[in-house]
Amino acid sequence: MGVARYWRQQDQRYNLGGSKCTICNREFFPSRTMCPICHRRSLGKMEKYHFKGFGKVTSFTVVHDPAPGYRSQVPYILATIELEEGDLVLGQIVDCPPSEVEIGSDVEMVFRKLSEEGKSGTIQYGYKFRLK
Amino acid sequence: MGSGIVSYGVYVPRYRIYPKDIGRIWGQDGAAMGKALNINAKSVPAPDEDAATIAVMAARRTLLRVDVDPQEIGAIFVGSESHPYAVKPTASIVSEAIGAAPHLTAADLEFACKAGTVGMQACLGLINSSNKNIPIDYALAIGSDTSQGAPGNALEYSASAGGVAFLLGHEKVIADIELTMSYTTDTPDFWRREGMKYPSHGERFTGKPAYFKHIQETAEKMMRSMGTGPQDYEYAVFHQPNGKFPITIGKKLGFKMEQIETGLITPYIGNTYSASMMIGLANILDKAKPGDRILAVSYGSGAGSDGFHIVVKDEIERFARERSPLVMEEISHGIPIDYSIYVKFRDKIKMEGE
Repeated sequence: MGVARYWRQQDQRYNLGGSKCTICNREFFPSRTMCPICHRRSLGKMEKYHFKGFGKVTSFTVVHDPAPGYRSQVPYILATIELEEGDLVLGQIVDCPPSEVEIGSDVEMVFRKLSEEGKSGTIQYGYKFRLK
Repeated sequence: MGSGIVSYGVYVPRYRIYPKDIGRIWGQDGAAMGKALNINAKSVPAPDEDAATIAVMAARRTLLRVDVDPQEIGAIFVGSESHPYAVKPTASIVSEAIGAAPHLTAADLEFACKAGTVGMQACLGLINSSNKNIPIDYALAIGSDTSQGAPGNALEYSASAGGVAFLLGHEKVIADIELTMSYTTDTPDFWRREGMKYPSHGERFTGKPAYFKHIQETAEKMMRSMGTGPQDYEYAVFHQPNGKFPITIGKKLGFKMEQIETGLITPYIGNTYSASMMIGLANILDKAKPGDRILAVSYGSGAGSDGFHIVVKDEIERFARERSPLVMEEISHGIPIDYSIYVKFRDKIKMEGE
């Protein structure tokens, strides 16, 4: 991804920035311009919403064949997390061995390095999770 | 109107390495080295942590404790000797990540281990001169580091990682900063040249003419100005390059161990550089009561000291400390690692293609 694309996603990645339908009060992550429940009625009535960053693990896997840049973190945990507000989000769980994670574990958002464009490029930051 | 600390928050990476495990690799008696330095363990950042991520976590924890809209923060200064970029501020990353951007000023500071306290002084200056031309009611000073010592160097036993943020302002002040003074000289006791990975230091030169001289001059001038003596303070906290120096200077200045020990955090997690004295101050504020007086003096190689005369206010009784981890809770979650994991986490292994 280029520098500009990361930059456009900063609010989403830094602060779990999503959206909220002001008609039905449902929150969405990532952000939506239209509510899938209220459809056309929600046009122009979606507002920015920042998720609190607390949730529960609904499923997880342990990665042994890493994505580029993740070699030093193997084995690492990727999990789907149901946020307190209800939305599901995919994220890495850090600071614990895989044996400590269970379905239902409480997690909180932390701010971490996601990737970097080599040693001379930009560094991308964003949300990960750790056990509460 | 008084100005001072409105809130604070601390973040320390979870991983720990012990002196005996460092000494074993370099043929030294690591346990004895740890004992001599009064360092039982040092914190190590995970591979996905740096001074920016640590600064953001400390800043978020600071804001959790008060009902201050991040948009009201008019200035953010991040002090560090390990900013992830040579050019591109850590402070702008923090501003965005805590929701304070875009209507504020922000900058990175560097002055070895005292860059965070320089930030506190800059924030105080802006707040105390706040008027319609400089409308800044809240300012955030952060000290955050992932410092490195060269493999096999004595610094490897102490250079650790951690961060602390102080929100300063006029309202809801939990501790007034009644006086701040500094002492600066061109003393080359510790340095790192541009592009070099590891710092160098002047061996014993880092002690007497550097650390001890600067802290002593600052503390004594502060006490002369305030008309106080060591007996007038409930707590004293000094920069902590190891666990030994702050006790030595404290006693030399006339403080007793019970005044110094609460601020001593380096024995548990090593020297967090720009965060070092400030984490000690945070631990004192975790326990302080209204009316307590604190003398806090930082030290940064190169060299300088910043001193603060702090008086705890009644507001601390209403302060929501419990919304973020206390210092002792935060440092109690250590995950032990050995030296090989440490060199991997600290990017000391040359990988394919590098």
